[in-house]
Amino acid sequence: MTAIELRGVSVDLDGRPVLHDLTLSVPSGARLGLIGPNGSGKTTLLRAVAGLVGHRGDIRIGGAAPASLTRRELARRIAVVPQNPVVPPGATVGDYVLMGRTPYIPYLGTESRRDLSIVASVLDQLDLAALAGRRLDSLSGGERQRAVLARALAQQAPVLLLDEPTTGLDVGHQQQVLELVDELRAALDLTVLSAMHDLTLAGQFADELVLLDGGRVAAAGPARAVLTEGVISRHYHASVRVLEDPDGGVVVIPVRPSRPAGAGAPDGRKVAT
Amino acid sequence: MTVTEQRPGRAPPAPDLRPPGLRAGLLLAACACLAGAALLGVLVGPVRLDPAGVLAELAGRLPLVEVRGGLPERDAAILWQLRLPRVVLGALVGAMLAMAGAAYQGVFRNPLADPYLLGAAGGAGLGATLAIAYGPDTTGWPVGPLPLAAFVGAVAGVAAAYTLGRSGGARTTTTLVLAGVAVASFLTAVQTYVQQLEDDTLREVYGWILGRLSLAGWSDVLLILPYALLSAAVMVACRRLLDVLAVGDDEAQSLGVRAARVRLVVVAAATLGTAAAVAVSGLIGFVGIIVPHTVRLIAGSSYRLVLPLCLLLGAAFMILADLIARTVMAPGELPIGVVTAFFGAPFFAVVLRTTRRAP
Repeated sequence: MTAIELRGVSVDLDGRPVLHDLTLSVPSGARLGLIGPNGSGKTTLLRAVAGLVGHRGDIRIGGAAPASLTRRELARRIAVVPQNPVVPPGATVGDYVLMGRTPYIPYLGTESRRDLSIVASVLDQLDLAALAGRRLDSLSGGERQRAVLARALAQQAPVLLLDEPTTGLDVGHQQQVLELVDELRAALDLTVLSAMHDLTLAGQFADELVLLDGGRVAAAGPARAVLTEGVISRHYHASVRVLEDPDGGVVVIPVRPSRPAGAGAPDGRKVAT
Repeated sequence: MTVTEQRPGRAPPAPDLRPPGLRAGLLLAACACLAGAALLGVLVGPVRLDPAGVLAELAGRLPLVEVRGGLPERDAAILWQLRLPRVVLGALVGAMLAMAGAAYQGVFRNPLADPYLLGAAGGAGLGATLAIAYGPDTTGWPVGPLPLAAFVGAVAGVAAAYTLGRSGGARTTTTLVLAGVAVASFLTAVQTYVQQLEDDTLREVYGWILGRLSLAGWSDVLLILPYALLSAAVMVACRRLLDVLAVGDDEAQSLGVRAARVRLVVVAAATLGTAAAVAVSGLIGFVGIIVPHTVRLIAGSSYRLVLPLCLLLGAAFMILADLIARTVMAPGELPIGVVTAFFGAPFFAVVLRTTRRAP
């Protein structure tokens, strides 16, 4: 079954075309990585799928057009982890995660026992139970990112959109967050569409990659097919070396352009080690 | 499928989501504050009333309660005709301004927003000045033209700012606030012009602008009660949605909230409450900022608790401010806006120093 389907989708922002005639299909339960240089349209694509920006063409979420759904219905189908989540001043982790239940709580009503128990189990699952009473703005970057993820999970939506979920995290926390998303995806049978900056991580944590450039699909397929030195050089204007990982993935290493790796400083001095 | 069902047999821990004891305790304490302030408000004045008599008199009016005693006729008249309407009106005005301030701060995600942000003060000021300068002689009318003119002015001022703020392409809260500033400046300019033309009314206009409850009678209470009740009910009903607006429009929408519509509903309700308060009390500054922030320092930032507490503590604060306004210079009266700022600012400083939470 197809979780997300885009046919001929174009988006203009302030009269400027950002996405051109995109066609894309994400099967249910898949993990698709969106890559591409800055300004290539990754975030706009996610926003269009989430119904946050107007578009031309056809988008289907689980077979339904977002326009035919109310905001609340859409929020029960798609949960979004934004790139720079707003940290509401003074909010506790518990209250923040409880916001994920908003699409289930009647507009003027209050949360039910079921809402609270779902929040409790999400907090437990993400090792946040002990932090439930802490203020969000007092948490470390990694803890905060888990809280944002917890809020998205509390929405119990089958589709999870992640916009560069590892922004601002160190390499250890990047791995932890992505491993966590992967575990949750497997356990809850989620479809995950994530925009990624780090190409190596993108390759490791997605079944397929879609490379956007200038609002168009420039390449698509498994990591080994998309992450080649030629493709990356062409679309990112970057010098990289791509190594094959024995586990089947690829490792993308940036190298200094026009100088062989291991060369000394430009004036010939060796860098002390 | 639910997350809960994913982990059968593993009981979720009791999270610290809503400590019911703390909430109930804070609400009870706030109720006690309001009751204490109201009692002080009716007891203190040029004529000393006997506390036991006042309690008996009040209890005697409750349905199904038989109380012997009460107050002598003259004291009873002071209680029912002078003190009580003033206390009730002060409570309504304080509750409205505090709740509207809290709601505006939430809607605009700006801690300095106050109920007058979108032109309510400018509109009410112009309406009141016009009524004072050119209003008909209304001796014998049940309600003078001043409250009506101030009410209409406040609502019209905010409506103009809202229309202006949404007419441009970008519908951000910043454009709305800027539109409010523009409308307020324009209305204040017109108001000052009218005031200069009719300078024999200067003193009366200034007296109104600084705020006062001195003419309070039951007719004032009845005039604003329906608006106050409607405004408070809508704001309290939107308390959860205000919490969600704190993450910004985009995230709120991805959580299923139609941010622009919620903002319009909350602004409309807060404006109605502010206009009702302004109509009977003039412009009382500071309450809409100081009470919500004090409540946040004590009770955290969630509007689920902030709004009910603002209702109770705003009411108590205004009763006490009015009590001070009419006693320190007795038999003269200080403008109540002077009192709210003079005592409110140091009180806020104390709360800021003695709590660890940032507002």
